[in-house]
Amino acid sequence: MVLSSAAAKPKIEIRGATKVYQAKTGPVHALQDFTLDIEDGELVCIVGLSGCGKTTLLWAAAGLHALTSGEVVVDGTPVTGPRPDEIGMMFQDANLLPWRNIRKNIELPYEIKKQPVDEARVALLLEEVGLTGFQSSFPRELSGGMQQRASIVRALATDPGLLLMDEPFGALDAFTRDEMNLLLMRLWTETSKTIVFVTHNIGEAILLADRIVVMTPRPGRLARIFDVDLPRPRTVAMTFEPSFIELIHEIKGVVERGARPVAGVR
Amino acid sequence: MSEVPKELQDEIPSFDEEAIHRDHGPVDLTGLTSVRGARSALELGTVVAIAICVFFGLEAILRLTDTPTYIFPKPTAVVRALTDDFWLQYGQHLVVTLEEFFIGFAIGSTIGLILAAVITQKPFVEKVVAPYIIILVVTPMLALVPFLRLSLIRGVSIWPIVAAVALASGPMVLINSATGFRRTDLAKIALARSYGASTFQVFRKIRFPLALPMIIVGYMVGAIFGLLTAIGGEMVSASEEGGLGHQLIYFSSLIRMENFGAVLLIIEVLGLSIYFVFYFIGKRWASWES
Repeated sequence: MVLSSAAAKPKIEIRGATKVYQAKTGPVHALQDFTLDIEDGELVCIVGLSGCGKTTLLWAAAGLHALTSGEVVVDGTPVTGPRPDEIGMMFQDANLLPWRNIRKNIELPYEIKKQPVDEARVALLLEEVGLTGFQSSFPRELSGGMQQRASIVRALATDPGLLLMDEPFGALDAFTRDEMNLLLMRLWTETSKTIVFVTHNIGEAILLADRIVVMTPRPGRLARIFDVDLPRPRTVAMTFEPSFIELIHEIKGVVERGARPVAGVR
Repeated sequence: MSEVPKELQDEIPSFDEEAIHRDHGPVDLTGLTSVRGARSALELGTVVAIAICVFFGLEAILRLTDTPTYIFPKPTAVVRALTDDFWLQYGQHLVVTLEEFFIGFAIGSTIGLILAAVITQKPFVEKVVAPYIIILVVTPMLALVPFLRLSLIRGVSIWPIVAAVALASGPMVLINSATGFRRTDLAKIALARSYGASTFQVFRKIRFPLALPMIIVGYMVGAIFGLLTAIGGEMVSASEEGGLGHQLIYFSSLIRMENFGAVLLIIEVLGLSIYFVFYFIGKRWASWES
């Protein structure tokens, strides 16, 4: 470890993040005292069962909703609202606007920021993900994988330093998912962005991550952090190696133990 | 620094694709824009063939039974009556009806659309206003025309009927547009917000396009109601301005049923034109849905 990087401030500091929703059916305790630092250029995966506050945490980091207590600090400044120039968000499913074609979908962030479209950058990104020639197609005309590629281009179009990804590949089949994961790792290596990737697929998390954060549900707490020291570039073949499968079992154990109430505690 | 968007504060993030299709409100007329019409040559040909069969079949029956025109006019007589002195008997009246319809519909639909966008912002307002909208929807506005002519808008002019058209079409546009604006797709709003969209930008880029298919349905239904009200209004209030409704009463009182049939034919064409205009608008701007 180089000294200078150890001395640098973390990209994201999450401090005692707690969120209680005032839902119509009563309060919902989604997140409890969650604390985590994420370094600049790191790819961190957050893993846990559905409803364990992963998305809540990500939305708070994106400034989409406020925490009940605690704070998220990005680049040294507490997040008090959306910061479109620094923080990019990718949502579950591709979340493309069905009434816009691919070109208009990708231009959305520029339109909202009232900036001219960086045509060269968009063309380069489309080329990179293999979508050149599909600009005038509508989302429903494309496969799930292609929609997700368009979504990646949209997220990267305005070049945010931090990407928050909320189960972006959850709805894809296993083969397309592998393909998208490799694409994401390539883009990450080329652009050296910080990525926080939420998933409930442990294999996907191990394939992608430098570190895996396991959360327990209701309310979401940090259960354990795993360091993944697989060499990069990583390949799909690695996912069949015994050490990889062993790690899956270990993480799965933590996820499941977290789901059960601890003996003696009510 | 921008602020946390308020509408997401207590929304538990969910990405239920079905959610936007679930709530269609009390009056769902979406079916109107999605009628399955004829497409292939065979289907179109059959539609035309049926029309021809009805036309000549009716003609044959009426001739064979020697039915007098005042009981039921022959189709050929109607067509002849239509071409006879067209401008004096129908043309100038068509212009009056169209004038009433377009002015009334423009006013009514604009107010309806704006009100829909405003009241759906606050569920409380919407719930309080809802019963009054239903009252407006179920009131036959053409019945107001004689009253409006006597009390509010004195003198002989098209304005009482314009007002009735606006009152008939406005609530229809409102009720359907409100259904559209009530759709909230949390993930898409969050997407726009994550790029720093203002409330107005969220409306323009997300809420409005999402509501557009329902708005178009509202405009179609409102236009049809408006046309019916314009013609009905002309029927119930003898006005010197005339109008197609006025001509219906005029011809039937003279028992000139072939002319009566000709007026009806023109109204038919008007109604179908409205349908097709909005059908194609829907195809162009709302085809992403379904």
